[in-house]
Amino acid sequence: MQTEIIISGFGGQGVLFAGQLLAYAAMEQSLQVTWIPSYGPEMRGGTANCTVIISDEEIGSPVVGSPKVVLALNLPSLDKYEPLVKAGGLLIVNASMVDRAPQRTDIQTVMIPASEIAESLGDKRMANMVMLGALLGNLPILPEEAIAKVLREHTTERMQKLLSANLEALKRGMNYLVEKVK
Amino acid sequence: MVKELLKGNIAIAEAAVRAGLQAYFGYPITPQTELLEYLSKRMPELGRTFVQAESELGAINMVYGAACTGVRVMSSSSSPGISLMMEGLSYIAGTELPVVLIDVMRGGPGLGNIAPSQQDYNQIVHGGGHGDYYPIVLAPANIQEAIDLTVLAFDLAEKYRSIVIVLLDGSLGQMMEPAELPPMQPLRESYPEWATRGAIGRERRIHTSIYLNPVEQEKTNLRILQRWQEVKKNEVRYKSYFLEDAEYVVIGFGTAGRVALSAVRAARAEGNKVGLLRPVTLAPFPAQQIEALAGSSKGILVVEMNSGQMLDDVMACVKGRTPVHFYGRPGGIVPLPDEVLVEIHRMTEKSGRLNGHPRDQWLERMVQHI
Repeated sequence: MQTEIIISGFGGQGVLFAGQLLAYAAMEQSLQVTWIPSYGPEMRGGTANCTVIISDEEIGSPVVGSPKVVLALNLPSLDKYEPLVKAGGLLIVNASMVDRAPQRTDIQTVMIPASEIAESLGDKRMANMVMLGALLGNLPILPEEAIAKVLREHTTERMQKLLSANLEALKRGMNYLVEKVK
Repeated sequence: MVKELLKGNIAIAEAAVRAGLQAYFGYPITPQTELLEYLSKRMPELGRTFVQAESELGAINMVYGAACTGVRVMSSSSSPGISLMMEGLSYIAGTELPVVLIDVMRGGPGLGNIAPSQQDYNQIVHGGGHGDYYPIVLAPANIQEAIDLTVLAFDLAEKYRSIVIVLLDGSLGQMMEPAELPPMQPLRESYPEWATRGAIGRERRIHTSIYLNPVEQEKTNLRILQRWQEVKKNEVRYKSYFLEDAEYVVIGFGTAGRVALSAVRAARAEGNKVGLLRPVTLAPFPAQQIEALAGSSKGILVVEMNSGQMLDDVMACVKGRTPVHFYGRPGGIVPLPDEVLVEIHRMTEKSGRLNGHPRDQWLERMVQHI
């Protein structure tokens, strides 16, 4: 069983960190995992993305053409990755940052105003946590506690004061889905 | 020890530290820079030597000098920087010194780009510097292997008084995977009998690659070759997947090898008897294993992130006994498992000889990318 996840957004939205949290949490669960960032000559304000693969056996390719899951945190990411999601896969879109709905009908799509939810909790930079929550709520590849644990362990001292808000953001992402998606 | 989530460049740097690295000389270049950056902090912290040289030329010659003293020494760079080091490498080879070099390959030729590639295969495996010399070349495909092979590199370098190059592509340098670091080895306290560490009270030892008398140079060349025969006998390493009953074989190293593994698994799921051979030592090359597979299989597909460099070495082992196919993505493109699966289908559906050289056949199919 292998799950490929691409997380994509603007630089600064925490997409690489969100991917690392998934990777740490997968490791906690004794699963195989790879995390690979796009590392081109990126511009400030440009797009950033990472691919996380979680599996119960040795992982072959660390990159995929059609991921099972895409978290699109902005419009360029939605445009780029919507066509690539594997049929039957899951596309989670940060509705706060796009002006259109996904068009695919052969995948499950979730529109969640992640930036607004994050802002209501005190900092819109926590949109990545809301998106992660939406992923776990919809496709329980990892338990919430595993993410919460690694979030506690890998948050810098300076950011510790935001920990409970981040955990809340994660929960809101999960709950939002439970209400909205069957 | 426990597993940690480690980035390739950092993992290699820390593995070298724990293998007893005493001196590092380098110059920054993407996608290898984190390795040097990490060591710039870590080495002084441990009271060991770190120098960011003025250029790759400076770095490799500092490595040369330090190697004469018998310390564990290393440099690292990426394709264009490695090219700059070639003169120094040839001198090190001619002087028969143990040195470890990490090459985190990027796209090219020329300045190229910083994306992952395997363009340095020929340069690294078949020399690069002038003269008859034979570096040992290790090709990891995941972070754990990158760690283990870095540690092994130091041992092999000293065992055979040889250059050992760990060859990986940029994606392995940048990616993170859970891996276990080795325990910290104590720094060496005794030095080999050839090391130049001050000659007071004994005869001078001289390290040189200058043999003005050709007879002496020829002796040196033959001695280096003899040592290489030992390496070939003892140090071949590879990993095989699903080869027991394989009718068709895919061969790829490093990242291309692990991408091929995904494709081979997909082919197996379809009921195709396909296996994978992933060379871990590119030099010495697993020639005997490939010769045996040539005799037992209906076709071999070579997958690389270049225009077919290892392909020539595979064909030299196959000697026309089975059709060889090729699929490559040069220039900094990582092939996707689906692309390799298409090539596996092409191989298994096509019987008999190929019409022409596999590289020519591949290029014809690549026109859409030109």
